[in-house]
Amino acid sequence: MTMNREFLINSILAIALITVPLIALGMDEPFIITLATKVAIFAMAGVGLNLVLGYGGLVSFGHAAFFGIGGYAAGILASHALNYEPIMESPFLIEGTTQMIIIWIVALIVSALVALLIGAITLRTSGVYFIMITLAFAQMIYYFAISWPAYGGEDGLSIYVRNGFPGINTLDPISFFALCAVMLAIAMVFSAVLIRSRFGLALQGARQNAQRMTAVGIAPFRIRLVAFVISAMITALAGALYADLNRFVSPTMLSWHMSGEIMVFVILGGVGRLFGPLAGAALYIILEHLLGGVWEFWQLPLGVLLLLVVLFARGGLVGVLAGERKHV
Amino acid sequence: MSDAILSLSDVTKQFGSLLASDSVTLDLRPGEIHALIGPNGAGKSTLIKQIAGEIKSDRGDIHFNGQNINALDAVARSRMGLARTFQVSSLMPEFSVLQNVMLARQSVSGKVFRFFKPVLGDKSLVDPAMAQLERVGLADRAQMRAADISHGERRQLEMAVALALEPKAFLLDEPMAGMGPEGSKRLTGFLDGLRGQAPILLVEHDMDAVFALADRISVLVYGRIIATGTVDEIRGNDDVKRAYLGEEA
Repeated sequence: MTMNREFLINSILAIALITVPLIALGMDEPFIITLATKVAIFAMAGVGLNLVLGYGGLVSFGHAAFFGIGGYAAGILASHALNYEPIMESPFLIEGTTQMIIIWIVALIVSALVALLIGAITLRTSGVYFIMITLAFAQMIYYFAISWPAYGGEDGLSIYVRNGFPGINTLDPISFFALCAVMLAIAMVFSAVLIRSRFGLALQGARQNAQRMTAVGIAPFRIRLVAFVISAMITALAGALYADLNRFVSPTMLSWHMSGEIMVFVILGGVGRLFGPLAGAALYIILEHLLGGVWEFWQLPLGVLLLLVVLFARGGLVGVLAGERKHV
Repeated sequence: MSDAILSLSDVTKQFGSLLASDSVTLDLRPGEIHALIGPNGAGKSTLIKQIAGEIKSDRGDIHFNGQNINALDAVARSRMGLARTFQVSSLMPEFSVLQNVMLARQSVSGKVFRFFKPVLGDKSLVDPAMAQLERVGLADRAQMRAADISHGERRQLEMAVALALEPKAFLLDEPMAGMGPEGSKRLTGFLDGLRGQAPILLVEHDMDAVFALADRISVLVYGRIIATGTVDEIRGNDDVKRAYLGEEA
């Protein structure tokens, strides 16, 4: 029964994400469309984090690193292309690009490599140490971005024209929203498939009992490392979209506030729930929009809400609405 | 001696000033149940952990299946065919009973990094896992969460997971712990039939079970093996009587 209720909640969330911007389109409210796009992108960043945080039980406080890497992939490649400056000329020529698909591929590769390095070190620790070391790595990248003048340093980098996607006018808000929503859907389907696979079983096993994993001959470290890399790649893709949404990327995307926000989406919506990040990101954006306009300290009620969720509703918003999760 | 599946020589582990295992020499031969008994704190569980690779020995050699496994970690030793159960049930509480066993099958299949095929529809995992659940009498609990079954059933599930690994040797750390007399009796019968599949190193406090099952018994006291022999030899051994069995034996 609870499964059916969760399915219902999930359907409502998905339908709302699609219909709200369509209604906004009819009412000629592009700002609402932009908000919905932001929800889709943040949800996608959360889907990435949820893989390690929710299913793997690994509290990464450094996912802004990957979100920002995706953002800078978009910003750097676009700025080179728009300024007609090759990224490097020798030994061979590499030019910038304004094609999202190429940007995404770069974002995926770079984030995967960075995640492999960070994961290989951080995953040897656990608990509070893991939280702190992931944070430390993300902050290192953050300060690196600030102090590297070539790409704007602290001021960030503007993308004058939103990058392109074949067959779509990405500057049209509803088209860009559709692109982001499809990307989110792909990330969620991918995540759902992954969780039900052999790998997903092992990942969730490693969360519950690493001793038992070892005893049956599966090394939790390797499972977690692969999950960490996949998780980072999804979050990086969201970061690339976010840079294109704002047509701007700055070290803010890499800061620990951002890591915290992505974590809030997941926790608020429901840790280890497929639609948790979407619910959390939507609630976050709605609160920010409704309260942020009238009250400078809108994050205060958010904090209280978060506290209530952590203390009384571990399943987050989806958990409260859909009931306890049954076994996977 | 040479055809032993598992053999320990001079295995030693010291924690601070405490010698948890002191030059332990022990072997496990094909087809036998070798019971390891000793008073609480004698170092039985530590020795199991050393054999399983969870604790590194300070000294000594462990050979398994003709190979020195000193340098191998617990994952590698499990994959070589050394299956252990835990004194306190160690399972995946949120997984179903079936999923707990499937995870072990997944390890045996060697294909853990598969990302797309749904695991619950994978007959190559489900069927052998169900077969093991049937063997231990848990088939009707297959879909229940491991956290929701009874203590005795969790002990049975531990056995099913170990069986699913198709091991070359079992390390059973007090499999009867916390089981009622009925359950102990059933498990004793079950283990009796298991020695044909793979030899068992059995740590157990339940003396009825030990005397009923063991082909040989080793007695561990303060980390030292003070005697090894058949049930009758151990029962008649004066050192053992003094150190462990007391007057009642």
